[in-house]
Amino acid sequence: MSGLMQRLPSMDSLVPYIGTILLILGGSVFYPQILGFEYLTQQLQISAFLGLLALGATLVILLGHIDLSVPWILGGAAILSTSLAGTGDAVLTALAIPAALLFGGLIGIVNGVGVAILRIPSMVWTLAVNSMLLGVAVLNTGGFNPKGEASDTMIWLATGQLAGIPAAFLVWMLVAGMMALVLTRSGFGRYLSAIGYNEKATFLSGVSTPSVIFAAFAIAGVCSALGGVLLAGYANQAYQSMGDPFLLPTIAAVVIGGTSILGGRGSLVGTIGGVLFITLLTSILSVMQISDAWRNITFGMIIIVMLLLQTLRKKGS
Amino acid sequence: MRDLLRANQRETIAFSVLVALLVSYLATHPAGPTTYVMTIWANQCLILALAAIAQFFAVIVRGIDLSVGAIMALTNCIASYLVIGTGAEMTFGIIIVLAAGVGCGVLNGLLVVYGRIQPIVVTLATASVFVGLALLLRPTPGGQIDYDLADALTLDVLGVPTALIVTVAVIGLIWVPLRRTGLGLGLYAVGSSEQAAFQSGMPIARIRLASFALGGLFAGLAGLYFSLVTTTGDAGIGPNFTLNSIAAVVLGGVALRGGVGTLTGAIAGAFILKTIGALMFFSGLPPLAQPFVEGLILAAAIAIGGADVLRVKNKLEVFGR
Repeated sequence: MSGLMQRLPSMDSLVPYIGTILLILGGSVFYPQILGFEYLTQQLQISAFLGLLALGATLVILLGHIDLSVPWILGGAAILSTSLAGTGDAVLTALAIPAALLFGGLIGIVNGVGVAILRIPSMVWTLAVNSMLLGVAVLNTGGFNPKGEASDTMIWLATGQLAGIPAAFLVWMLVAGMMALVLTRSGFGRYLSAIGYNEKATFLSGVSTPSVIFAAFAIAGVCSALGGVLLAGYANQAYQSMGDPFLLPTIAAVVIGGTSILGGRGSLVGTIGGVLFITLLTSILSVMQISDAWRNITFGMIIIVMLLLQTLRKKGS
Repeated sequence: MRDLLRANQRETIAFSVLVALLVSYLATHPAGPTTYVMTIWANQCLILALAAIAQFFAVIVRGIDLSVGAIMALTNCIASYLVIGTGAEMTFGIIIVLAAGVGCGVLNGLLVVYGRIQPIVVTLATASVFVGLALLLRPTPGGQIDYDLADALTLDVLGVPTALIVTVAVIGLIWVPLRRTGLGLGLYAVGSSEQAAFQSGMPIARIRLASFALGGLFAGLAGLYFSLVTTTGDAGIGPNFTLNSIAAVVLGGVALRGGVGTLTGAIAGAFILKTIGALMFFSGLPPLAQPFVEGLILAAAIAIGGADVLRVKNKLEVFGR
């Protein structure tokens, strides 16, 4: 019985799904087209970009850390893949995606070294890594939009469809599925939460905590890079600071999904719900054609309300 | 004297770094150490220093404030409407600007204390609201600040940049007295161990609220001083200041886990960060390489600060850090 209870998604991770449904129903009162198949599949496609970033961020936040280098891992991967594909050379074009993912993984390991070996607070170290990546990008591109274009594979992954379902959404779900398997079927998932709860105790029980931290940051880096590859495919180019608008929504999506920012508690299911909620909220706010100012205010208020609801629910139970 | 230096080891290191940087800055600057050069340098430093103080009050009680830049943007936009006209009007304007800053801080504090949400998440959300309000006031940059007031506070007095006088005044008139009050002690107590502070009968909720209110006040001051330097209102200034304020407090020896560090250190960190940027500008490096070198220096500075972890003999000690 308790095994069954554990398998069921917790209430925390269901809240964003309820919020998403309320958003769709509420929005459709004013704009009936929101209920259309086309609009909803488009939302699934767009949410995949934020979704991939948020999957990686969930692992890092479960550890009790945070990754602020998401914007320029994303940007760097996009620049790398588009310039490889832009050469027109068949071999280099084929290498575009693997190279970008490798880049993300390597930067993730750099993040992990600072956090696990040098014991620098992740918030500051990843920030410094982010500004170094920005510097490298500026040095290479001269501050202009980098040349190059997305390969056909990248474009298909970002905008193509498979049996009416956006390919980007399928990629997102595939990554989420693999990650869920690793988290539930191996010790890795348990070690992540254990480090988030109490790193010292986890180390004392014989877990090589640095390797777990390396792995989590590396996977997060690969996720951010994959997000960058898809986004470059979507826009058919890379551009300066393309990742900046994604940083805060990524953290917001993870937290709304019920993952504790202190680490140790949370779920991928919740994060996916959080991503759908944030994407839909942003989209509906722009469909309503209200000004930037009100969009910011509403966005902030709704996040606060969602978080207060979580607190209230915990007090009640 | 020796004991004083040893007791404030982190600040001592930060100050020596700052002096070394400043000397090399003045040596490489083509115009040399004139009052004009010093004034421009000090103005830029003071803006970030005030933002870093705001961040310090959040970090010292084991929090983090992602809305520092947003409060600056909001107060900057308010100031661009109100800090102009007769003396009485300007006084009223400044009071409103600072009250707005405190109000933002108190809102953050209420959500953290009574809403029981982590500070980093609360300020992430409220930052969006504050920037929205700033955009309502100033959809595009514009407005004006009284030039006489701006000149009085951003130039120099008898050759000493006013910004440096303000910095010393903040330390001498606000921080030193505050450190000796119950609140000053309470900030460190709550940051070191909330449980222990609670069990010793400290008013945790009030201390947290006060620290957020002080943070809001200084973010408001940062916004106000930014307005005086630029004499316009711009809703888009936030993001850079938020991230730089975090880097500044860490450079100044304030621990992100709370309870360690001083306001003077945070100010020194902000001055270091700005001086590195200024030094880059005249260093003769190719302009395109500057952002990278700046990031590299920041990373190296932080890594050196954390390097003593490699000398720790018992591996378990590192987990307490």
